[in-house]
Amino acid sequence: MSTLLHAQGISKSFGGLKALQNCSLTVEKGKVNGLIGPNGSGKTTLFNVITGYVTPDEGSVTFEGADITGARPDKVFALGIGRTFQLTRIFARISVLENMLIATQHNESWVKGLIRSKSTKSEVDNAMALLDFVGITRLANLQAGALSYGQRKLLELAYVLVSDPDVILLDEPAGGVNLTLINNIAEKIRLLNQQGKTFLIVEHNMEFVMGVCDQVTVMHQGSSLTSGTPSEVRQDPRVLDAYLGGGDDDDDDDLREAVANV
Amino acid sequence: MNATALLSAAKDGILTGAVYALMATGLTLIFGVMDIINLAQGTFVVLAAYLSYALQVHWHIDLFVGLLITTPAMFIIGVVIERVFIARLKGPDRTGMSILVTYAVWLLIEGTLDLVFSSNDVQLQGWYVPKSFTVGAIHFGYIYVAGFILAALLLGALYFMLYRTRFGVSVRASLADQTSAALVGIDVKRVSTITFGLGAAVTAAGGMIYGATNAFNASSSYDLISRLLTIIVLGGMGSLGGALLAGILMVFVGDIVGVIWSPVWSTTAYFVVLVLVLLWRPQGLFGKTQARVA
Amino acid sequence: MTLVKKNLGWVVFFAALALFPLVVTNPFYTSIGVYSLLFMAAATSWNMFSGYSGYIALGSAVFFGVGAYTEALLSIHWHVPANGDLFWLVPLGGVIATLFAVPIGWISLRVRRHTFVVITIAVFFIFQLSAINFSFTGGSSGLALPFITWTATDFNNPFYYAGLILVIFITLVSAFVRRSRFGLQLLAIRDDEDRAMGLGVKVTAIKITGFTMSAFAIGCAGAIYAMFQGQIYPQFVFDPTFDVSVALMVFLGGIGTLAGPLLGGLVLESAQQYLTATYSNNSLYLLLFGALFLIVIMFMPQGVVPFVRDKFTKRGELERAAVAANDVSSPSGMTSGTPTEVTA
Repeated sequence: MSTLLHAQGISKSFGGLKALQNCSLTVEKGKVNGLIGPNGSGKTTLFNVITGYVTPDEGSVTFEGADITGARPDKVFALGIGRTFQLTRIFARISVLENMLIATQHNESWVKGLIRSKSTKSEVDNAMALLDFVGITRLANLQAGALSYGQRKLLELAYVLVSDPDVILLDEPAGGVNLTLINNIAEKIRLLNQQGKTFLIVEHNMEFVMGVCDQVTVMHQGSSLTSGTPSEVRQDPRVLDAYLGGGDDDDDDDLREAVANV
Repeated sequence: MNATALLSAAKDGILTGAVYALMATGLTLIFGVMDIINLAQGTFVVLAAYLSYALQVHWHIDLFVGLLITTPAMFIIGVVIERVFIARLKGPDRTGMSILVTYAVWLLIEGTLDLVFSSNDVQLQGWYVPKSFTVGAIHFGYIYVAGFILAALLLGALYFMLYRTRFGVSVRASLADQTSAALVGIDVKRVSTITFGLGAAVTAAGGMIYGATNAFNASSSYDLISRLLTIIVLGGMGSLGGALLAGILMVFVGDIVGVIWSPVWSTTAYFVVLVLVLLWRPQGLFGKTQARVA
Repeated sequence: MTLVKKNLGWVVFFAALALFPLVVTNPFYTSIGVYSLLFMAAATSWNMFSGYSGYIALGSAVFFGVGAYTEALLSIHWHVPANGDLFWLVPLGGVIATLFAVPIGWISLRVRRHTFVVITIAVFFIFQLSAINFSFTGGSSGLALPFITWTATDFNNPFYYAGLILVIFITLVSAFVRRSRFGLQLLAIRDDEDRAMGLGVKVTAIKITGFTMSAFAIGCAGAIYAMFQGQIYPQFVFDPTFDVSVALMVFLGGIGTLAGPLLGGLVLESAQQYLTATYSNNSLYLLLFGALFLIVIMFMPQGVVPFVRDKFTKRGELERAAVAANDVSSPSGMTSGTPTEVTA
């Protein structure tokens, strides 16, 4: 068992708000790692720090032993860290297939992009295979903006896979979609994990987390509270406290219920 | 350069800069609240100046008294333009489209003014326009001082409204985040319309002072809008305090360069200052840094 | 032959443009043709960056002016004979404009796209005022180029065909960019720049490259314009209305499309030239231009070309049908059941 991605002592403030305080996280290679915590506990900020969208005030991020703290998002991506966003972000005014082609150039010089065509046959084949994997092949030539929310989630997952990243960070993959699609996404994650992909998943849906993850880290008020296997975390009294004592967001009621029921 | 020239430049910066700041505040409010870049703001100023001119020439109404008519008139013009054209813009290209729509509005207003008033230069008149008094070695034109007082009063009123009234709370909430403002029950559409109206209304006073201190015609709007845009970018788009400081800075820098070098380079100077400041602070002097994940 | 067949519309269009001065020999109309071609080239070039990337630049007159001044200064200082030789300087005008575009792009593309618009305007005014104030540019009286002594009937044609070659060249480049990886990255930047960066797109390099490339043809157009006029003035080659006109032409025709800028440039510029020549007063044109533009924005916000394409062709219909169908059906990879998905 080895550590693939490691965040150590990360702190980040926005104005007066301390989003992260001395937060640490370890992502084990080949595992599905979960990241849970009440709303506002800093999960998405941690994602942004890892993927280069936010530069931390303190702390370091290492990937396969190399320091990547503060590297730009395109660099982080090229190293093999792919991510999706909480509210899906697809390229709305180009086709689904073109969406898939954007990530294919991460390891080639941008200058070459000036003279080469936007795709080779093998890139298109690969893109179509991945669209087939998530089940939206027949939408390939449609404008991506025409997709439904669930289809966008699948597309976002698929285009991140294009570059064959070592680790995939998913921000609420089960958020806002129906049960059938949740199960579908869980199944894809398991399949990809069997092929050796590592995952880090932020999710509010406890059933989903408990069902998919091998290892779960709990965040609370910008710090990592505890981590362990789903069953260990479930029995940790501090976790329940964190949720019960958390903010007054509507979501938290569901979470409390979810944690209590699992 | 001697101390008098420096003081004189500082005086011009503060007196004239405040008037530009007033006109630019309208522009920056509109951008901050609505994400609309109103290219027509310059032509609003010229339109307001011509309204004062018409009142003066045809009904012999004093420039300052005329403001009681031109200010509400400009407010209504702004509201109508917002309702008819701007409010219809939707989607991801909204800001880009707003530039072109307001440019089209600009062309319509400029074309109309050109037809009605011809393209000859005019200047607003009043017994106080050519008069000045002297303190030490520095001359103060009556109209410039009056313009400063007017701008200060109106900016003060604007700030009071923004920070002390319920409507102001709504505007500031919309400045911070439109979506959240809508979520807490603020009628963003109404706030937008009124903001656009206010942005146009401040050009009444601005245009009157501009018209009394400069000879102008319908195409003066090019010069005006370039200055106003420079001010709001320099100050930081959406920042009210930034607009005030940048307005003063712009005139000050122009005057200093005019004194130590040559007046022909005054205008170039503040554009160069703008570029230099943006190299150092891309978000402008008082602009908020933008998180990459918006 | 299949290539011709596939692009029959384009071949016919350019053939018609090529035949125009042979059919219509009246210099009044061929000179309108020259201006229209220059604007079609400029609009297409502008679209290649601003249309694809969504970064609206309002300072393209900088490149037009730099091209014009390059042509004028070099022809004067190099004592280029006043004949067809002058045309060899045109690409040089484009190259110099491109060189200017590098630092301008570097400065202005570090900011948010709304601020970018304003900086391009500021940079434009720096250039205009400099051209007026420096002495090597001839100040506000401008520069006179070597006087070409062709007869009135033949005078326009060389300029017309130079303009046409430029239009064909930039249309091909723009089409090529649209099909290249680079073009796809520009489109990705338009749709979601941050996300594109997160997928490994080198957004800054791509943007600066696109911006710089678009300067070339605009510079060439400026150079041809300078020769055609014989005399250039700073306020006419660095003209703020040029900045916005080009953008309007693209928006009217259809931003991001290939045919849109050509259509917009052709219609608007020939209308402006005709109206200005026929009525001495410019305000009528301002009113017509403004009103026409507002009507198009209100009723066809995508521009004329996409509007017509979506309304009257099968392609639009299919797209609409597909969207409707996909709203109710389930993706084929689903395990079971009919999902009722949440729409954001």
